[in-house]
Amino acid sequence: MQATIEVTGLRKRFGPTVALDGMSFTVKPGQVTGFVGPNGAGKSTTMRVILGLDAVEKGSALIGGRPYRSLRTPLRHIGALLDAAALQPSRSARNHLLWLAHSQGLGAGRVDEVLEQVGLTSVARRKAGGFSLGMRQRLGIAAALLGDPPVLMLDEPVNGLDPEGIVWIRGFLRSLAAEGRAVLVSSHLMSELQDTADHLVVVGRGRVVADTGVAGLIADTSKGRVTLRTTAPEHAMSALAPVGATVTVIEHDTLIVSGLPAERVVALLNADAVPFSEVAAHRATLEEAYLDLTRDAVEFRGATR
Amino acid sequence: MTVTVNRSGPGGPARLLRAEWTKFRTVRGWVIAMTAGALVIVLLGLSSASGSHASCDNGPTEAVCPAAPVGPGGEAVEDKFYFVHRTLAGNGSITAQVTSMTGQIRKPDVTPGVRNVVPGLVPWAKAGVMVKQSTRQGSAYAAMMITGAHGVRMQHDFTHDVAGRPGGVSKDSPRWLRLTRSGDTLTGYESTDGTDWAEVGTARLSGLPATVEIGLFAASPGDLTVTQGDLGGSISAARFTETTAVFDRVDLEGETSGDAWRNDDIGVTKAPDGSSHHPGRAGESGGTFSVTGVGDIAPSIEGQTVERTLTGVPAGLIVVIVVAVMFVTAEYRRGLIRTTLLAVPRRGRMLAAKAFTIATVTFVAGLAASAITLTFGTRLLRANGNLILPVSWLTEVRVVVGTAALLAVAAVLALALGALFRRSVGAVITAVVLIVVPHVLATTSVLPDTAARWLLRVTPAAGFAIQQSIPEYAHVLGHYAPIAGFYPLAPWAGFAVPAGYAALALGLAVVRLRRRDA
Repeated sequence: MQATIEVTGLRKRFGPTVALDGMSFTVKPGQVTGFVGPNGAGKSTTMRVILGLDAVEKGSALIGGRPYRSLRTPLRHIGALLDAAALQPSRSARNHLLWLAHSQGLGAGRVDEVLEQVGLTSVARRKAGGFSLGMRQRLGIAAALLGDPPVLMLDEPVNGLDPEGIVWIRGFLRSLAAEGRAVLVSSHLMSELQDTADHLVVVGRGRVVADTGVAGLIADTSKGRVTLRTTAPEHAMSALAPVGATVTVIEHDTLIVSGLPAERVVALLNADAVPFSEVAAHRATLEEAYLDLTRDAVEFRGATR
Repeated sequence: MTVTVNRSGPGGPARLLRAEWTKFRTVRGWVIAMTAGALVIVLLGLSSASGSHASCDNGPTEAVCPAAPVGPGGEAVEDKFYFVHRTLAGNGSITAQVTSMTGQIRKPDVTPGVRNVVPGLVPWAKAGVMVKQSTRQGSAYAAMMITGAHGVRMQHDFTHDVAGRPGGVSKDSPRWLRLTRSGDTLTGYESTDGTDWAEVGTARLSGLPATVEIGLFAASPGDLTVTQGDLGGSISAARFTETTAVFDRVDLEGETSGDAWRNDDIGVTKAPDGSSHHPGRAGESGGTFSVTGVGDIAPSIEGQTVERTLTGVPAGLIVVIVVAVMFVTAEYRRGLIRTTLLAVPRRGRMLAAKAFTIATVTFVAGLAASAITLTFGTRLLRANGNLILPVSWLTEVRVVVGTAALLAVAAVLALALGALFRRSVGAVITAVVLIVVPHVLATTSVLPDTAARWLLRVTPAAGFAIQQSIPEYAHVLGHYAPIAGFYPLAPWAGFAVPAGYAALALGLAVVRLRRRDA
């Protein structure tokens, strides 16, 4: 079975609002793919279409080459976490996983394995209604892992997690990808995907805005930018601006200079006797890269869906 | 990469059922509620049985009521008539001409304290010729008779009735009746002139002894009046009647022992001082017999029925409805339905598995509850002196299993409504209004009989017909109304009504679930 998700030309409307407008992308095995976009860009709808929950007017979504609704034991093909709060509060964590396991022809042994994997063994027999959001997220991830699927899809898994939980889930997702699984993780905050995602699918207004590797994207965004640390920012700006550099103040003592290589910056500062403590090639954050990518589509932020 | 999941396991439907069963049993509240629903049925049934006492007055003292005679088919019977008979050994026949049939009926008193008796015949007043196993009440018989308003009939063993020609008798148009015995087979004939005979019917009385009683009889059941109550419901009353038939040209063939006719007032009511209450009588002069009788030869429909112990079922049903609705709406409330649909993308099958699970759980709980209640409830009733109309064990099984099945079908209907509404309150109210409310309205003194019958035809409450143990008899005049425990539809036909509703609602729920985004 191929560990892939292939989404092709999805179109869907909710009344007059276009929710999906030709959404197409592929999730490949062995890496974590970030699925990013502002709220209302169509991430959750796309995921629900992939999982056969929502119908589309056009297009197809395939898991390992097959539509979700044709899968007989779907949890063995794809594990998904959509809404960690979707629990019967009076049912214990273990029993929640147990009925899911039974629906896939799996036994209680597999339930105990995934509970161990997400670190919920000690609270397995407690009612899920008393769980914190973090524990619910872990339980949702345990449910996604139940069928040991080659494809995993998690909608905003970091939401509501404490810092320790965030570190845990990042490591966990990386290890799942390292095992050769295809992992799709959605988020409306790019920073959450820093150090997690290998690949990005950026969406806005129901379609893909960018589909790119993370390493290349950061390199592209960083290219030609120099970080300058100085005690005299105004002095530095007046030295660099006349020769065509674009200078942005990001902190009171830190400037980003673009349009000039680092050596030219050092020479110009020395010539003007501007004091500085650091000149370095800039390493962009994923957030900056994302803002760069979506600058042309700022109107997304005003859109309601 | 390798997927190291054990793929051996139960097949598709078994997986779904197992998952839904796990869902049900792991929510303790549902298990407790279902058990409580069963307990409600048992406790309400047993407490009403233990509170129901009956005794018969025997002059100044109260006494245990005598057991009703039981017919060859095991049913309680009324076996009360005036019999002028001889003993017949082996095969033979009796022929008689009936020249007159008259009677009197006591009507409600016009002047208080003054008996208001008018001449007339009730529709099922009967007189004719009879072969009976013995003079013991409830013993096997076959009879050819003239009736008050239903023409000539051949009846045997209380529950069987075959129509002959319509019309009554008078001096100008007498009727001839003949009954012949040949082994176990009794054949009835009628004639208008004593020459041309028409066969009315035959009866097999298996195990009829060689020696039987043969003769003339007359009986006249009480005059039934049903009046509508002021607040709906109705009051029924039966008043004394008697009939007198005149027989001519009585001819006995076969070996009759002794030459005297004997007169027996079979089953006559005895007053505390030992005298007969409303006795019959007979006289003979010159070969013309006049026989006057009171009573009836028919299955009894008066008395407690086994299903009366199941009075707690409507209350238990409400609990079942709540659990069945919650079983699906709880998933909508928490968004868990999406998790379910992820595990089982084939939505129709998912809902079918859910329906099957709640039906099975309800059936098992309902079966235990109704079996316990009926078994111990009837014992309690008997211990308290109540007479219970006996029914065959097959009928008892039908009542118990049918009650459990009715609860199960109602659970499926409630579940389907829950899936359609996706809200608990609306679904519970709708289910209760559809099933429980019509039953309560129809079987208590709220609605006129006609309206009650219609409710029990068109609403799912028709399914309660599965509990009716005593059938309606066309040849017994009775107050066959829901309030008296008689349903307008036959047991399984009635059961089909809620089953149809459940199937329809489940079908609609599946269509809706398939069409809409989850």
